Amino acid sequence: MTGKKKRPAVRPEKGTQRSKPSKSLEKQSGRAKKRYSHTVFEDWCKKCGICSSFCPKNVIGQDEHGGPVFERPEDCIGCRFCELHCPDFAITVQELDSDTVGDV
Amino acid sequence: MATVMPKKKRSLLQGNEAIALGALAAGCRFFAGYPITPASEISEVLSARMPRVGGTFIQMEDEIASMGAIIGASIAGIKSMTATSGPGFSLMQENIGYACITETPCVVVNVMRGGGSTGLPTCPGQGDVMQARWGTHGDNPIIVLAVSTVTDCFDITVRAFNLSEKYRIPVVLLSDEVVSHTRETVIFPSPQDIEIVDRVTPSVPPEWYVPYENNSTGIPDMAAFGEGYRYHVTGLVHDERGFPTQHPEEVKTFTNRLFRKLTQGLHEIQIIKTFMMNDADVAVIAYGSVARSAQRAVVDARSKGTKAGLLQLITLFPFPERLVDKVLKQCIRVLVPEMNMGQIYREVQRVNQGKTDVKKYNRIDGQFITPDEILGELLLEE
Amino acid sequence: MPKEITKLIHKYLRHDKKFPHVWCPGCGNGVILGSLIRAIDRLGLTKDEIVLASGIGCSGRMPVYVDFNTLHTTHGRALTFATGIKLAKPSLTVITVMGDGDATAIGGNHFIHAARRNVNLTAIIINNQIYGMTGGQFSPTTPYGSHAATAPYGHIEHAFSIAELAVTAGAAFVGRGTVYHVQTLDKLIKAAVLKRGFSVVEIISNCHIQFGRRNEMGNPVTMMEWMRDHAVTVEKAEKMTSEDLEDKFTIGILADEEKPIYTEEYDKIRERAGD
Repeated sequence: MTGKKKRPAVRPEKGTQRSKPSKSLEKQSGRAKKRYSHTVFEDWCKKCGICSSFCPKNVIGQDEHGGPVFERPEDCIGCRFCELHCPDFAITVQELDSDTVGDV
Repeated sequence: MATVMPKKKRSLLQGNEAIALGALAAGCRFFAGYPITPASEISEVLSARMPRVGGTFIQMEDEIASMGAIIGASIAGIKSMTATSGPGFSLMQENIGYACITETPCVVVNVMRGGGSTGLPTCPGQGDVMQARWGTHGDNPIIVLAVSTVTDCFDITVRAFNLSEKYRIPVVLLSDEVVSHTRETVIFPSPQDIEIVDRVTPSVPPEWYVPYENNSTGIPDMAAFGEGYRYHVTGLVHDERGFPTQHPEEVKTFTNRLFRKLTQGLHEIQIIKTFMMNDADVAVIAYGSVARSAQRAVVDARSKGTKAGLLQLITLFPFPERLVDKVLKQCIRVLVPEMNMGQIYREVQRVNQGKTDVKKYNRIDGQFITPDEILGELLLEE
Repeated sequence: MPKEITKLIHKYLRHDKKFPHVWCPGCGNGVILGSLIRAIDRLGLTKDEIVLASGIGCSGRMPVYVDFNTLHTTHGRALTFATGIKLAKPSLTVITVMGDGDATAIGGNHFIHAARRNVNLTAIIINNQIYGMTGGQFSPTTPYGSHAATAPYGHIEHAFSIAELAVTAGAAFVGRGTVYHVQTLDKLIKAAVLKRGFSVVEIISNCHIQFGRRNEMGNPVTMMEWMRDHAVTVEKAEKMTSEDLEDKFTIGILADEEKPIYTEEYDKIRERAGD
């Protein structure tokens, strides 16, 4: 429904979908790159396509029904556009502390 | 802060002034209105007196807004009133319906003028009786009271607030141009003799509060906004928690409760006055300013040997069927004079069902009905 | 950037109500509800202090979802009820949420008089340029030439600019935002609620179902892109020519002035009336 090109569909499991952050801590110019986990509360998501269409880093793809799939969570810059614009309060973006990254 | 009651024990007052003073005595502390003849004096008096007792007067942009504002104030916990005449009363119907459905106490004064539409602004009429009962869309009960003297204007306004608060229902107070602009001496009751009823507020903690509970009385406790009882108020048909529902069982329960709460209180809601009715075999059933003429006509008829009596209806709705029925059974002839084409006459006939001879007498020319006219009708068949 | 967005919103929702909410997929109303909640949270107001009143229409369904003192009134009349509540209990923070038809057609008179009267209320007006709930009939903000269920051959009336109407009517604070520029919107709502006096926030929102589909913007993304491409901040607009601004609209604070507040003036009346 959105003008966005569809990425290969990955059908998430029913219920809550959570992206898996990369376990290794990359160092970029001496600073630890911030990592984020993304939760989609699928029961409330209406698959409107706003999050996937506007993600500035193309982190979010769409499944075959237009629902969000966090395909490249490691690229997330934490702008929270998706979380702020989700009309259904179905997305949570959490910044991960460097020492919690491994446990999620 | 000024005392609510006038300092003098007796006072020469106009009906509209007495309504304003009655409202203050009843505890009304919010009035919103829009200028209209012949009701404007109520606004004028309250614009001067409300601020003196810590209350609020506001002149809104129209009658729709006035009605909305008094409902809002009532939901915030303050007794509230508006006053208008026919055209404004028509505009208020939408939000009167809202007050019915949300069970928000408030008093709506309609000083009836003659005629339909903009009609006869400075003449009396009683054409809004059925509108007072059935003016809102949907099927909601409502209480309608009618005043006939300036003393009534004070007393019955207090009663209107009491019923409204107790039963959580808007009360329409019908006056007419004659009553509202007549000046009479009013002897005020001492403040301790005035019965004041306040709405019941919840005694349970907020988490136990059920704002539209289907309890035994049919009248749920009413929490004011801002007191910790956060709940939802809507004009949509709602469940016991106040949230919209279309579930047939819940809709039925809700609507039945609105009627049930009044049915259980008819003994105190239905107010009448009788005059020389004990041995009467001819009766006049009247209300509003017509009841004044009727009272005189009854005295005159008695002096001419006719055993006449008067049943004055103060409560028009819920229509006091059993009280009227008693008169119909007692009398061989009943006259219903009205300044309309026979709106309460129709109600009387509905109760009568052929038991006795019921006649109507109507004036719709903007003139009030005189004692002589009623007397003439009473003696017509003698 | 706040750490909690969705988690914070959940603190204010009535979870026993039917979620997901009633609005269509991608509807701006949900975005605005989130923005309103964040603004209230940042102001540190308690739930008990807030009254949220609405009129009728899609926007009218908003109060039911949040755990405040909530009031769903009649069509166009939210401000009249809000006026009564505020005057009866000035300690309450009273916010109304209305649609464009609600606030400026059937409620137009109440709106301009509320602005003139300056009771300390906040009016949030969701402008989706259409009557959504009833099926896409044109509203007072439907643009000239566009299509609606009751304008099948193109709309021949001219649209109100709600924010400018509010400025002219004398509102103490007027802001305009969009559901695309959410962080600006958060700030506008916060400033409006904080403002002492009658404050208005017009929010350009998307009804891609009823307006968009009839006007070649049939999904929320194209409508949000339209907002992104046509909104200009007030500051930037000052440096642009009227030609450049022709198909643009301004966002930001359009009016912010100090005026005597009704409730405070009425307190003086009480003193004057005295004994």
